[in-house]
Amino acid sequence: MKVVIDGDICQGQGRCFSIAPSLFDFDDLGNGVVLGDGTLSAETLELARLAQANCPEHAIFIVESS
Amino acid sequence: MTDKHAVVDFATDWDHTDPEWVNDPYPIWEDLRLRCPVAHTDRYGGAWFPASHAGVSKVAKDTDTFTSRAVVIGNGRPTEEDLPAPIGLAPPITSDPPFHQIARKLILPAFAPRPINALEPQIRALCNALLDEVVGEEIVNASQSYARLIPPAVIRQMLGFPEADTEKFIEMVHVIVEAIDLPEEERIEQFVPVEEYFTRQIEEHQANPRDDLTTFLLNAEIGGEKLAVEHVFGTMVLILVAGIDTTWSAVGASLWHLAQNPEDLARLVHEPELMTVAIEEFLRFYAPVTMARLVKQDVEYLGCPMKEYDWILLGFPAANRDPVVFKDADKFIIDRAENRHVAFGLGIHRCIGSNLARLELRVAIEEFIQRYPKFELANRNDVTWSQGQIRGPRNLPLRILA
Ligand code: HEM
Ligand code: SF4
Repeated sequence: MKVVIDGDICQGQGRCFSIAPSLFDFDDLGNGVVLGDGTLSAETLELARLAQANCPEHAIFIVESS
Repeated sequence: MTDKHAVVDFATDWDHTDPEWVNDPYPIWEDLRLRCPVAHTDRYGGAWFPASHAGVSKVAKDTDTFTSRAVVIGNGRPTEEDLPAPIGLAPPITSDPPFHQIARKLILPAFAPRPINALEPQIRALCNALLDEVVGEEIVNASQSYARLIPPAVIRQMLGFPEADTEKFIEMVHVIVEAIDLPEEERIEQFVPVEEYFTRQIEEHQANPRDDLTTFLLNAEIGGEKLAVEHVFGTMVLILVAGIDTTWSAVGASLWHLAQNPEDLARLVHEPELMTVAIEEFLRFYAPVTMARLVKQDVEYLGCPMKEYDWILLGFPAANRDPVVFKDADKFIIDRAENRHVAFGLGIHRCIGSNLARLELRVAIEEFIQRYPKFELANRNDVTWSQGQIRGPRNLPLRILA
């Protein structure tokens, strides 16, 4: 599984990188970005789900790794 | 407004300045959600109020149907003169796409997490200095002597205005924030000394550029051109108007909650690691900001016959209490793990100052409870709340307990 942020939906609400700094960072405008390629382990999947459940814009997606 | 009649039914005649709404709006919104999710009023020339999260969210994201050219409900329907399109009076909050994005991107970097987080030590020192002022007092007005003074002092520092002007600046800011509801002529009059002071500061920064927000704005460019001084001035005023009452209200409401919920206060004192999630719950439960839109043209929307230039009031605080989205929505849960609250709005106008607001709120609460691990309301009847689109306690006498 992989976590991705849809940059067109993200408004830089900042919840993801505050909850899961090991998975997310922010760019110069303060929008969320995924660290690395976003591949999730069993533990980080939980954390990614928590970040997803706190994103007011519904900009975070957890998808099958291709 | 003395000639106003009291509201009998908020579903058909709501008024966000009615004393019942000002004192405790939550039962009103809950009732509306159950029986009339989009309330209407003929007041203010005609206005709508969606009480559900779904309604607020849909309108906030639909910049085709609604415009932000006016975001504070005026006395009646706006006229064309009230709506200087497309840029608006105070870009980006009063701008619509496509200009909105240009004006917004311009200031976003200054409010991104990195520059904002660097302010933490100064904000902490400021909070401590304010607490030192009231040391030993048995009753502290936490709104007037604490929460009110934090946001303007932080912005004064960010703008790079002289520290010696802090008091003067705070007075000026309150003139601006209060004048925003006045008729055009009086507002202009009130603004004169402010304009003079800001112009002097801008000139001083043009002569001596340095690393602060004023210099940042003066150097900012749109399409290779520096901003007009009026644009710089307008953005400064917006930052003041958007950043001060709001954060003051959030800090005040959080302390109001802790004064009445000793078990939450004790948990925060003993489990400081809870602070990050607690801040989000304070923001959800006591979201201070409600913003308006105007309907662009006659449209059937959310099942309602909306007319051109009807107001629509976006109750972010009401959306935050919608049980469809939040489990136990009417309960304050200090360690709520899943919290998709919309206190900072939704969509393209999402609060630019949210990183700063969160930092100020967290540090203000941390320092207050560190100094005073136990306190209660001195007298419930002395607590007063602001009226209008920003809601927070304006008088909050707290009794400090040993
Ligand atoms: C707890 C404190 C705060 C709350 C609850 C809050 C809330 C909001 C909300 C709900 C909006 C959206 C308005 C809309 O949709 O029309 C907004 C916009 C804005 N806020 Fe805040 N705000 C806070 C603090 C601040 C601070 C500290 C600043 C800056 C110093 C700030 C600057 C802005 C700006 C510039 C906008 C306009 C953004 C745009 O239109 O793109 N706010 N705020
Ligand atoms: S929480 Fe959502 S909106 Fe906020 S930065 Fe992260 S992805 Fe973007």
